[in-house]
Amino acid sequence: MSTADWPLFEVFIRSRHGLSHKHVGSVHAVDATNALENARELYTRRNEGTSIWVVPSNTITASAPEQKDALFTSPVDKIYRHPSFYELPAAVDKM
Amino acid sequence: MYAQMVETGVKTVKDRSEMGAEEQAFMARIDEESKIEPQDWMPDAYRKTLVRQISQHAHSEIIGMQPEGNWLTRAPTIKRKLQLAAKIQDECGHGQYLYSAAETLGVGRDELLDQLHTGKAKYSSIFNYPTLNWADMGAVGWLVDGAAIVNQVILQRTSYGPYSRAMVRICKEESFHQRQGYEILLTMMEKGTQAQKDMVQDAINRLWWPSLMMFGPNDDSSPNTAQSLEWKIKRKTNDELRQMFIDQTIPQLEVLGCTAPDPDLKWNEATGHYDFGEINWEEFFNVIKGNGPCNKQRLAKKVNAHEQGAWVREAAMAHATKQQAKAAAKVA
Repeated sequence: MSTADWPLFEVFIRSRHGLSHKHVGSVHAVDATNALENARELYTRRNEGTSIWVVPSNTITASAPEQKDALFTSPVDKIYRHPSFYELPAAVDKM
Repeated sequence: MYAQMVETGVKTVKDRSEMGAEEQAFMARIDEESKIEPQDWMPDAYRKTLVRQISQHAHSEIIGMQPEGNWLTRAPTIKRKLQLAAKIQDECGHGQYLYSAAETLGVGRDELLDQLHTGKAKYSSIFNYPTLNWADMGAVGWLVDGAAIVNQVILQRTSYGPYSRAMVRICKEESFHQRQGYEILLTMMEKGTQAQKDMVQDAINRLWWPSLMMFGPNDDSSPNTAQSLEWKIKRKTNDELRQMFIDQTIPQLEVLGCTAPDPDLKWNEATGHYDFGEINWEEFFNVIKGNGPCNKQRLAKKVNAHEQGAWVREAAMAHATKQQAKAAAKVA
């Protein structure tokens, strides 16, 4: 048996209280507990975090690059969704 | 550079008009400095070149633990011992980041390790030199990590997203390595006995040229550079990086009060760079081919560690399987 048989986990770290967990990389581990240990060794050697999530890589569903247009083009022309679209007099423009 | 002479499998750089639509679109993204991500379409040769380069880089980090591990039990103080242990652990971590990045290209970690263990994959020539005295720990940190930093800072802009992100993490950590190395040498030069000062100069004499070789062959004998630059896997040529390293290192050498073993080294007012002597390329190619002073020893030690550790990996997996079976039985 070899490391290739060990499942892959994606690692997410909350760097400070109040921030979201952010993807930092991946580790191989025999199970989730072991993945947490490995992630701690590999990604938090310099105080990088206050919390770690590990997620089995094969449970992540990702959008495909070909879907980029279908998923993301439509908001581009909906500029009225941004506050800067609305022009207001200087007196109230800090709104 | 931790990756030397990475084969691209390409003889001449293709003209855009010779490319199909997919490849043209890919090159357009490269041109606009867009990062390529794992799921994106990429030319087969680009993928293969990246696997070679990233895995060679990873192997170098892993083998690179050995020359320093050699001095761990003989560090002069507990402070130096802790620093060295932290640095070695970082090198292992860097290897892991890079293996992860390589795996996003669809290659298994086992396959990569197997290529290292069978000698099919290379690692940097620098780690095939011995570390003979304590000052070597300083010189390795300062010169070897220094050369790696010059390369890796530029590689943060490499075109493949996961490789670029691994470089960003590595660069953040690497600066400590170089500073701790330089401080070792500085302490010996400022407070040491004559014998200790001689040790520093001896370490520099032995590691100077091998450090310059880390950047790989001269540009005119590096046929793969043009393609790697076109793909923006590499962002600067071997000679450009080597010159950057020399220019920034000489002032540091002067602060130490040491010299480089190169009679041709001198400041060139006209070019604004240091001129330096010819590298012994015969030695370089000899080490790359496996005939350096420590090639056999380094590889044997790595293979041995992997084989001796097999039972730990098997036991951990067996334990996890058992725990999962227990949990499943409870639910049922």
